[in-house]
Amino acid sequence: MKSWNDFNYRRLPVISNIQVASGSYILTFKREFDFIAGQVIGIGVSEKIPPRLYSIASGEKEDHIEILYTEKPDGTLTPMLSLLKSGDTILVTDPFGSFTNSDQSPIWIAVGTGIAPFMSRLLSGKGEGATLIHGVRTPDFFYYQNLLKDQLGDNYIQCCSRCTVGPFYNGRVTSFLQHWDKLDLTRKYYLCGSAEMVVETRDKLIALGVPFANVNAEIYF
Amino acid sequence: MSKKPLFGLTLQQLTTLVTEEGLPKFTAKQIADWLYKKEVTSIEQMTNLSLKTREQLSERYTVGLINPSKVSESTDGTKKYLFPTDTLKYIEAAYIPEADRATLCVSSQVGCKMGCLFCMTGKQGFQGNLTAGEIINQLRSIPEWKKVSNLVYMGMGEPFDNLENVLASLEILTSDWGMGMSPKRITVSTIGVIPAMKEFLEKSSCHLAVSLHNPFDEERRSIMPIQNVYLIKDVVDEIRKFDFSGQRRVSFEYIMFDGINDTPRHVKEMARLLNGLKCRVNLIRFHPIPDTPLLGTPDEKLFEFRDALTAKGIFTTIRASRGQDIQAACGLLSTKELVKKQREAKGEE
Repeated sequence: MKSWNDFNYRRLPVISNIQVASGSYILTFKREFDFIAGQVIGIGVSEKIPPRLYSIASGEKEDHIEILYTEKPDGTLTPMLSLLKSGDTILVTDPFGSFTNSDQSPIWIAVGTGIAPFMSRLLSGKGEGATLIHGVRTPDFFYYQNLLKDQLGDNYIQCCSRCTVGPFYNGRVTSFLQHWDKLDLTRKYYLCGSAEMVVETRDKLIALGVPFANVNAEIYF
Repeated sequence: MSKKPLFGLTLQQLTTLVTEEGLPKFTAKQIADWLYKKEVTSIEQMTNLSLKTREQLSERYTVGLINPSKVSESTDGTKKYLFPTDTLKYIEAAYIPEADRATLCVSSQVGCKMGCLFCMTGKQGFQGNLTAGEIINQLRSIPEWKKVSNLVYMGMGEPFDNLENVLASLEILTSDWGMGMSPKRITVSTIGVIPAMKEFLEKSSCHLAVSLHNPFDEERRSIMPIQNVYLIKDVVDEIRKFDFSGQRRVSFEYIMFDGINDTPRHVKEMARLLNGLKCRVNLIRFHPIPDTPLLGTPDEKLFEFRDALTAKGIFTTIRASRGQDIQAACGLLSTKELVKKQREAKGEE
């Protein structure tokens, strides 16, 4: 169990808390610390509830911090987060973690809200030559898609597992990788998502010939 | 409504329960005694409770022991028990008898979130935390439970991702009112979840084992995603703040992968990382899992690695491989059973 006593933390005012898809929100609050794109922070609404870790989705130099979260109806924290409004106060830990590599031409693979650390890199100017493969169930979960299309162009690949039509790959990320003609065994692959997604995608990449040392993953803990 | 299990409740939780039932507080101690010191399987057998009390409790509660659904026995005497948690979910416990002791390896979660490259359990994904009762049940519900001298939390799951239930299970195992086991006979293993590890070290006096597997940051990251959140260097720095000069022990588990983490460079870095810390290193032979890109280090190289670490002043042992003929690598049996059940549910052969 994570306790607030284990972290340095502060109270910060919420700027906005916007629902961007069914059950998904972008929470924005004032930035009062430096961080490296790819790091996580602990978020909470009171010391009585343990903090939960979220990747920062905003850029290193922006004057605010954004996190992307999904409301879990049975969860303790996220139903409370979903009720936050501008002016409310949240608890925020110092940033930590080291999923922060910024190699040339990386391939970022995310499912759902796992896109956050890659957004942060991109918005911090650390996305040179990057390709982003984003997997979602339905198109409304393609967070930040206008910005991503604008910045990454053809290197932004959308995979929609429950779509049968649409301007994206209709299927799961692993199916896309199986048939991807640009799979490059020498590039670095960064994965972010649930344990199931990471294990399955990593196994697929390894089966396709990518050395495991070229695969780096962050899992929602 | 299904009845709630009593097995796995701490004395404090039992006290709350009996108070809510309008029973005298001392009833909690009596129930704990029946649950954890005697071999009752039903509330009816708690004969120092009045008949009325037993009937009252039986209306809403049950002892809640769960028998294993399957057991596989190795030629070396190791037994692997498979326990159902609920529909389609399974956990494993391994009973490992030796000449002078018998160790039981228990699970703390169904599946695991940590996604280590070499681990079969991770391939199931994460399906849930075990309750304290489900953890201790793995001990209490095997025929050999009275022979078990040592308990290790090294089965399925990351114990410190389920700390609340793990601590409750340790309290029951080690309390005078509980099973009265010495904490020095219990080892809890972690991959290095620092906040929970700190809390464990403060609240329990059981031994700690840390899955190290590679002392280099980038190399560890490629086999253990946790390194992206908690660096092994920081894990060791945190451990240094606690006292291991007495009977309490910290050990570092190190699975040997051929050409990956078994070179003189790794010996040197291990010595640097663990410098001055009273600890031991357990070298473990890798039990290959399906489709893994990793191979186990040959024995000759394994012995050289042990000797090189020993020469650096690190107490190093090689863990005997047990139960290889019964899929002893953690997660293999339950994953196989899970897939089988899922196929049955889908109507596949």
